[in-house]
Amino acid sequence: MTDRFDAIVIGAGHNGLVCAALLGKAGKSVLVLEAASDVGGAARTRAFADGYSVSSCAHLLSQLQPDVVKDLNVKFDLAAREIGTVALAADGNHVRYGGSKVEGVSSADQSSLQEFHQRMTRFADLLQKYLNKPPPRLANGRPRDLMTLAQLGFDIRRLGKTEMREFLRLIGMNIFDEVEERFESALLRGALSLDAVLGTHLGPRSPNTILTYLYRLCGSHGALSVPAGGMGAVSEALANSARDHGVVIRTGMPVKRVIVENGRAAGVETESGESFSSWTVVSNADPKTTIMSLVGARHVETGFVRRIQNIRMRGNAAKLHLALDGLPAIHGLEKREFGDRLLIAPDPHYVERAFNPAKYGETSPAPVLEITIPSFRDTRLAETGKHVLSAIVQYAPYKLKSGWNDEARNAFREVAIDTIAAYAPDLRQRIVASELLTPADLETEFRLTGGHWHHGELTLDQFLFVRPVAGFAQYRMPLEGLWLCGAGAHPGGGISGAAGRNAAGMILAGHKAA
Amino acid sequence: MDTNVNSIVEVEQRRRRSPFWSRLSELDRLNSWHEWKGYTSADALYDADLEYFAIRNSTGVFDLTPMTKYRIKGADALDYVDRLVTRDMRKIKPGRVAYAVWCNDQGQVIDDGTLFHLREGEYRLCSQERHLAWLTAAAVGLDVQITEETDEIAALAVQGPTSFSVMKNMGFDALESLKPFGLTHFEFEGSELMISRTGFTGDLGYELWIDKSRAEALWDALFDAGKLHGIRAIGTHALDLARIEAGFLAAGVDFLPADTTVRSGRSRSPFELGLDWLVDFKKPNFNGRRALAEEKRRGSNWRLVKLDIEGNKPAHHSYVYARKNGRRKQAGFITSACWSPVCKQNVALGTVATPYGEVGDELLVEIYYQREMHWSRVMAKATVVDKPFWDPLRRRATPPGAY
Amino acid sequence: MLALPMFQADRADQYKMKTYDAIVVGAGHNGLTNAAFLAKAGLDVLCVEKNDYIGGATVSRNLYKDWIYSNCSYVCSLLRPEIFRALELHRHGLQITPYGGGVTFLQNGGYFGSYWDSEVAHREYARFSKHDADAYERYSADVMRQCRFIRDSLLRTPPDPTSFKPRDLKELAHLGSRFLEMGEDRMLDTIRFWTMSVAEYLDEYFETDVIKTAHSGSGIIGTALGIHSPGTAYVLLHHYMGEVDGNVGSWGYARGGMGAVSKAMAGAFQAYGGELRTDAGVEQITVRNGRVKGVALTSGEEIDAKIVVSGMDVKCTFLKCMDKNDLPAEFYQRVNNFKIRGSSGKLNIALDGMPTFPALPGKSPLLDGDMHFIDSMERMERAYDDWKEGRWSKDPYIDMVIPTVTDPTMAPPGKHFMSCFVQYCPYMIEGRTWTAPEREAFGQTVINQIANYSPDFKDLILHVEIRTPEDIEREAGLSEGNIFHGELTMDQLLFNRPVPGYAQYRGPVGGLYMCGSSAHPGGGVMAAPGANAAREILLDLKRKSTIPGNFGDD
Repeated sequence: MTDRFDAIVIGAGHNGLVCAALLGKAGKSVLVLEAASDVGGAARTRAFADGYSVSSCAHLLSQLQPDVVKDLNVKFDLAAREIGTVALAADGNHVRYGGSKVEGVSSADQSSLQEFHQRMTRFADLLQKYLNKPPPRLANGRPRDLMTLAQLGFDIRRLGKTEMREFLRLIGMNIFDEVEERFESALLRGALSLDAVLGTHLGPRSPNTILTYLYRLCGSHGALSVPAGGMGAVSEALANSARDHGVVIRTGMPVKRVIVENGRAAGVETESGESFSSWTVVSNADPKTTIMSLVGARHVETGFVRRIQNIRMRGNAAKLHLALDGLPAIHGLEKREFGDRLLIAPDPHYVERAFNPAKYGETSPAPVLEITIPSFRDTRLAETGKHVLSAIVQYAPYKLKSGWNDEARNAFREVAIDTIAAYAPDLRQRIVASELLTPADLETEFRLTGGHWHHGELTLDQFLFVRPVAGFAQYRMPLEGLWLCGAGAHPGGGISGAAGRNAAGMILAGHKAA
Repeated sequence: MDTNVNSIVEVEQRRRRSPFWSRLSELDRLNSWHEWKGYTSADALYDADLEYFAIRNSTGVFDLTPMTKYRIKGADALDYVDRLVTRDMRKIKPGRVAYAVWCNDQGQVIDDGTLFHLREGEYRLCSQERHLAWLTAAAVGLDVQITEETDEIAALAVQGPTSFSVMKNMGFDALESLKPFGLTHFEFEGSELMISRTGFTGDLGYELWIDKSRAEALWDALFDAGKLHGIRAIGTHALDLARIEAGFLAAGVDFLPADTTVRSGRSRSPFELGLDWLVDFKKPNFNGRRALAEEKRRGSNWRLVKLDIEGNKPAHHSYVYARKNGRRKQAGFITSACWSPVCKQNVALGTVATPYGEVGDELLVEIYYQREMHWSRVMAKATVVDKPFWDPLRRRATPPGAY
Repeated sequence: MLALPMFQADRADQYKMKTYDAIVVGAGHNGLTNAAFLAKAGLDVLCVEKNDYIGGATVSRNLYKDWIYSNCSYVCSLLRPEIFRALELHRHGLQITPYGGGVTFLQNGGYFGSYWDSEVAHREYARFSKHDADAYERYSADVMRQCRFIRDSLLRTPPDPTSFKPRDLKELAHLGSRFLEMGEDRMLDTIRFWTMSVAEYLDEYFETDVIKTAHSGSGIIGTALGIHSPGTAYVLLHHYMGEVDGNVGSWGYARGGMGAVSKAMAGAFQAYGGELRTDAGVEQITVRNGRVKGVALTSGEEIDAKIVVSGMDVKCTFLKCMDKNDLPAEFYQRVNNFKIRGSSGKLNIALDGMPTFPALPGKSPLLDGDMHFIDSMERMERAYDDWKEGRWSKDPYIDMVIPTVTDPTMAPPGKHFMSCFVQYCPYMIEGRTWTAPEREAFGQTVINQIANYSPDFKDLILHVEIRTPEDIEREAGLSEGNIFHGELTMDQLLFNRPVPGYAQYRGPVGGLYMCGSSAHPGGGVMAAPGANAAREILLDLKRKSTIPGNFGDD
């Protein structure tokens, strides 16, 4: 054993950094070990072609918790804030929306969206409050947990009779029925459906998609920003904050295993054979990687292992990166709107149809896409006049029947490009370089089991009290000294920092009690 | 996947016959059978009482084949069993057998059973219930293979004071030095015969394990060797009497497998079954450890008691009462009861809520009994005892006495 | 065959002047149960039925020669034994006989059987996987735990979680205590169970696709969801929580077809002095000064009553049979958005003899029960994809039974009645009504699937009745042909059913009640909504309840 730390954080993803920084801020000596050569995990900027960089996974910022930014005094620049969304129409009659405002639809739809947005943000605010604290235990009789539960009940009641009923009704519902009831414009319905299913293994008809929609709204009510320098800049800023608090961050140090001594976590050993000791080991890796690979099933209990294995975390989102020598022309899209978020999801049926093949391990023949051209607002990503296009493409199931090989990857990349090209006919002439990261690639690249961005599907059966698994929602794992601080823990994925922040709070409380 | 159409006959056949069926049915005079894990099993073959006395006076032979048997094999076999059960398995060397319980994450007993350490890296687990799903789940991340071999391995319990003499007559002289909970291997008809000094009767006895193809040959040799030693085939009734006297628990009777209980509070921890001695907190992680440590700290809800009850009416299905502040309070219930023919005692196993049931406590048992159609009730005094009701010296003597 | 002493329309004059204590609209099993309990309490009750036969979707119909079809509902398990007993249905001819078998035929010529006997069942599972055979014990204990939780709520009125009334708080506390009683781990499992998809739930227990498939069917029967849709684990429970004589989860046949159930209920109702009128369709439920006045029949006749109880689904009740102006706008909108989707069709077939299934030789007990022909989870889910596109499944999930294997009263000796429940089948074909050739083609799809496993099946067919959701709506009055009077999704269960704020059987107008399956606890021939509504009515009337409570602890 070499150095001893108060805490070791495995992985410098954004949650790991937040957790480490907060522990450092509390005066703990903290070591962060990151496998990759730079920090950020999936929130990184990647040079995918000569002179072209792009956010490698998530490309828009909407959920970063204000408390995290404030507590850690995180400083980064935004290339654009509150960007709009354009739901692309084949005929160029696009629908543009942002927040509660929408253009290109009937006035009835406009007021419907306003009402819808108002209600959804109110519910999201309610959720938000509970995303920022560890979930209470249901039946341990501790006054603090009982208080939180009572508070939850009270907060739901405080919505008022009508809204409370609506909340209890909607929380398990699907987005499809809700948008079908509310909106006339198929394009708007499609776009909202896509918002609900991004990054999930759900179609708009799947119950739970209201929940995933609400989850998106938590933090900033769905307002989207583009970080300057890509998502990596945000991670860098978090890392800087951590370093300011005395945290030691070492990159290029993949952790091989958590050292277990006398039935408790005692430190970590890296692939290179170095050991670091600490009685507190915090894993920012996903729960499956943490338990099955780093700790080893034998050191925890069988029922727990069974639950960990049952976590659903098979990614469905692929990431398309295009290096362009100029902006493509999109019919009906104004120049300034190239900085907006562009959606290809013409109607909810289209989205559902895109989902169908994913259930059988096949890719969507007509995928849905969320497209950004971050270089439009951010000159750091490509030379002037050149552009990068970053798109989330669904559905590309992790467990492809044929297996993910070059052929399958190339084929889906072409499908994705063709889908965009249907709206931007000169796209292909503009492409200098391209890459498609499938969930299998994301798994290897970012060490995300199943290539799942959220470290586990975000559905009610893996949410709140039961995230990551029943009985262990409070960040403390059933191996003494081991904690979880990543998106696999409550509240879940997205660049929010909530999991890291909540975990740090629990760890510090645990230290105090010890 | 076997989807052979002919298998319908095999599947739909209501009850299966053990490899000893031909011999058992030949000896059977009662035609009184019940089902045991899909097998046809004898209640008694001739007379349950006489069969019982074979166990206590000479040798009773019981067909154990329907017991669930697993083979556990692999480089991590020791780590596996050690994590599975609450007992420290590192202390159980090859050639030894351990009685053990295993728990779920909540520290509740899934089942009890015997682990036979056949040789380095290889065990046999023998239990009442079937657990392949759990055993497989427990093997994740370990280099170990678990195979069910219930149907492949024929097994007999040979129990009673003359059992060693019978074994010796068969030529297994080496058993002389075999201590209780020891096992050894012999060759029999070109097949490996495993003999362990184990049993469910609290008396001197052995259990014999062999490939089912040699079952009948083994039976014949055994009965031939036992001819002059009062050997007799026995059924479940006799065995059940003997195991209550010995204070052994029966899964599904004195406790329920935790994973299949539906109602809350119906499962039990090892502490609640009086099996504290099987829980070893000094060893590393085992399943249920955290919960059991917590229970140790907090105290248990239940206690399994051995009761010596006044009178001679067996306390079947009885409520147990305790006295609290001069008032009678329902404290628990009886799970197994019998009149013990060797001890001439009215004995029972029961479950009572803590704090009742400490050794020496006096409880009351509500016994209903029927005489010539009419039912009567007595409230019988019952004393909680520590030791098994029947535990003769000959059970442990090595070399065993030649009776 | 339903020779009840019914009142005919031409004798209607005598009712004109009278004001009934209560009129129950619709003589389905819930309407009849409700009417019977009200009559038993001494109320003067009239039950009106639009068809010239009673039963709604719980009927035995004689549509071909000497054959009797259970042409809507076809098996029985959910019918609450407390209700059976309280209404003494055996005195009125009802006999429920459990069936022991069940089978899933495999494309490779094999089969997976479901056996009554647990040891034989274990052996059958073990034929595919020893792991799954053992896992089944944990699975059934876990499902049984959920069953106990839900069964307790069946004969209770759901609490209004927004209310502070003592009764609601008490019921909420009861629900809470039942939940807490499980202990934390099982509480958390319960949260997961209620929100999961049936496919994912089964994944947590079983490794064999066929075994999962055989179990998954119960998760989607009558539901416009696929096995991968979250929430379908609950639907599985809905099919598992019934019983025959304490054997929770088992299903049985009503001797004489499902009409025997409604016939016995009608018998009980009439024995308590109730009046039953068939051929008396309700045009409108009339309202005066914010209270119900009575009903206006399609014939133009008006009948007055202090209370009107609707056994129809909520869409029928409020959108078709009431004036929009009599209803609160928000309520109307909610009912309008109530999800009540047709997702299943039915084929009723008269057979000249018992078809053979080469996978099963001779007289296998597996033929006594439900038979299925979908052997993979993928086929199961693909069947749903067709429905989403507004088409019937090309490769449907069929729940087929031949009740005449054990019931001699439904077909001549040696002949058989076969009931095929078909999932999925849409209410509308790609948004428009069905054409006759499409109906035929739908029927042919089903027949072809069965014929793949039974070479002589087609030759034995004497008569086929094909029922699309549209037909079911027209005949039985079920909106969109939804067999449950509304989807069993979380947003439409318990206090959300039928719509939030109206889960306690009272309509939005004074004196108006709902007793159909749109209300808690939902569809199936359970009769619980009918009984629960009667309890609420008698409570409002301050009369002694005639409705039994749960038998409890089972």
